[in-house]
Amino acid sequence: MEKILVLLHTETDGSLAKPAREAMHAAAALHQALAGSQYVVGLVGENVQAAANSIGAGPATKYFGVSGADFVQPRYATDAAAVEAICRAAQATVVVAAATARWARVLSGVAQRLGGCADTHVTEVAAADGKISLHRWYYRQRMEGTLTRAQRPWIIGIDPGSQAACGCGSGTVTVEPVAVPLTDAAKRTTVTGLREPKADAQTIRPDSPLLFVTGAGWTKKQADGQAHVAEAEKLILDFLKKSRASLGSSKSLVDLSGEGQSVLPFLSHLNQVGQTGATPRHAKGLSTCCHGEEPHTVGWRFINERRAISLDPNCGWARGKADVLYVADAFKVMTKVNELLSR
Amino acid sequence: MSIAYQIVVCGSIVPDPLQTLEPVASPTGPALKNEMMLPAVLDPWAGHALFEAANLAKNTPGSKVWLVSLGPKAKLQQVMMTVAQKVPFELVALDGPASGFTDATETAAALAEAIQAIPGLDKSRLLVFGGWESASRGAGATLQMVGERLGILDQFQGVDQLTANADGSLEILERIEGGKHQVSKCAGAPALLGWATGNLPEPKNNPQVGMVNMRTVMPALQKAKPVKLAGAGLSFTSVALPKQLRETQVVKDQSPDEIARAIVEWIKQ
Repeated sequence: MEKILVLLHTETDGSLAKPAREAMHAAAALHQALAGSQYVVGLVGENVQAAANSIGAGPATKYFGVSGADFVQPRYATDAAAVEAICRAAQATVVVAAATARWARVLSGVAQRLGGCADTHVTEVAAADGKISLHRWYYRQRMEGTLTRAQRPWIIGIDPGSQAACGCGSGTVTVEPVAVPLTDAAKRTTVTGLREPKADAQTIRPDSPLLFVTGAGWTKKQADGQAHVAEAEKLILDFLKKSRASLGSSKSLVDLSGEGQSVLPFLSHLNQVGQTGATPRHAKGLSTCCHGEEPHTVGWRFINERRAISLDPNCGWARGKADVLYVADAFKVMTKVNELLSR
Repeated sequence: MSIAYQIVVCGSIVPDPLQTLEPVASPTGPALKNEMMLPAVLDPWAGHALFEAANLAKNTPGSKVWLVSLGPKAKLQQVMMTVAQKVPFELVALDGPASGFTDATETAAALAEAIQAIPGLDKSRLLVFGGWESASRGAGATLQMVGERLGILDQFQGVDQLTANADGSLEILERIEGGKHQVSKCAGAPALLGWATGNLPEPKNNPQVGMVNMRTVMPALQKAKPVKLAGAGLSFTSVALPKQLRETQVVKDQSPDEIARAIVEWIKQ
């Protein structure tokens, strides 16, 4: 009989973010598919009672909590100690957690401590005939696999954005506190803050419905034999401002800026999508001036509706990968798009 | 006074990203078609970790870099011919599979054992580097497990910047959600850093560095310890290429005005 623990961390305001509720959805589905399984919740944060109450109407039969000032910071040593303690207290055989940056940092390390195993970037969890199986991608989203494991405890990191969010409502629950003795060695690291672009300069917007992908074509010579980098910069930034889209970029374009060339200065490796970048999840994606074959297009593997603007009607990025390919000059089209969005 | 670090970089090889990959069934589980024939490269994020390690070693006199690599010996040798020309390091080679379908726990055990066997290893000066995820399994699991086996409690993932301060403390920038970096200050070594892209471009080939490195690379390859990854308890029910070929509508003869209108309408839907 499996004992399923869903592992949650609170946000700075004490709430639970959407990825946490997605993990709950996956864990609850697993619980339903596994007859006789138990479903419990573990929470980590400064104060976890409010978060526990916010999901109190869910199917969990027990709530475990690690709380206190030492567990505010997303820090490996203290987070790993907290997760380990909850897993042991709950005697969990299967642990489901959202692969947020905070949990992704510790889940596999904790699996090692517990003598278990871990799988991350999981996009689907299912059970049939009492057997759990997972679905995840390999070789940077170029092939997909389904696997099962005999080893327990099994820690499963769910890719944020891959699940529906659990809609379970609130209630009043009792959280069983789990003590985590910490030595000084666990506090050698201090999180001192966050570094991020100013709000109006932030081009990465995970919650945006639209991903705007810019390719190296923006910096190449145009029909008049000249490159129009300043114009490209203005067009792209104008579009981002008006559409509130998230900006992705191909590796080649990001590498140009990384090599010290003044290309598109607002692009960094954080914007990079594809083989050596991110594979973000958005409802729609619009690619402009992108080119390349399969390895480059994994950047929009998880984009539902895709459109592309390219001068090349046979562009490997778009043919068979996009729903609509506009064979046109992106400079001209995006100028008009920005005009329309201004109205 | 700066600390002379012992920097151990864990990094394996992966098929060249431009190659077409196709899964096949093998007696030991899933594998890539013609895997041994595919040109290989150093795993990209592990490569960034190696370049950052070399840069840190250059700026902290007395420091040394090891590259601990688990992969088929013949492929490792092929990749090292190029990598050895980039930056100075000493290779610790393990002869075993570099497949994405192996288990992180077993890989971590082999790597940790190899690190612990490095002569003169001093944990108080140890920094373990690697890519935060591989381009094969892409789980971000192995390094954490290596760190646990080595008893390293200060671990960081998605690292884009490391500053080693004169007092021995480390300032680290890790990628988190929403295009932000989390800034942490760590008291000092030992620490484990899973690198993302970092800030350094790939170094140009330097034949002199290559010649020095090859003096240790070839002997390391010759005495590479065989490693078997059994995949105990792990079984794959399917591995396949995604069947997502879309029927692309190619719009050729519309004016920029017409296309812009269609795009804006679509965005606003």
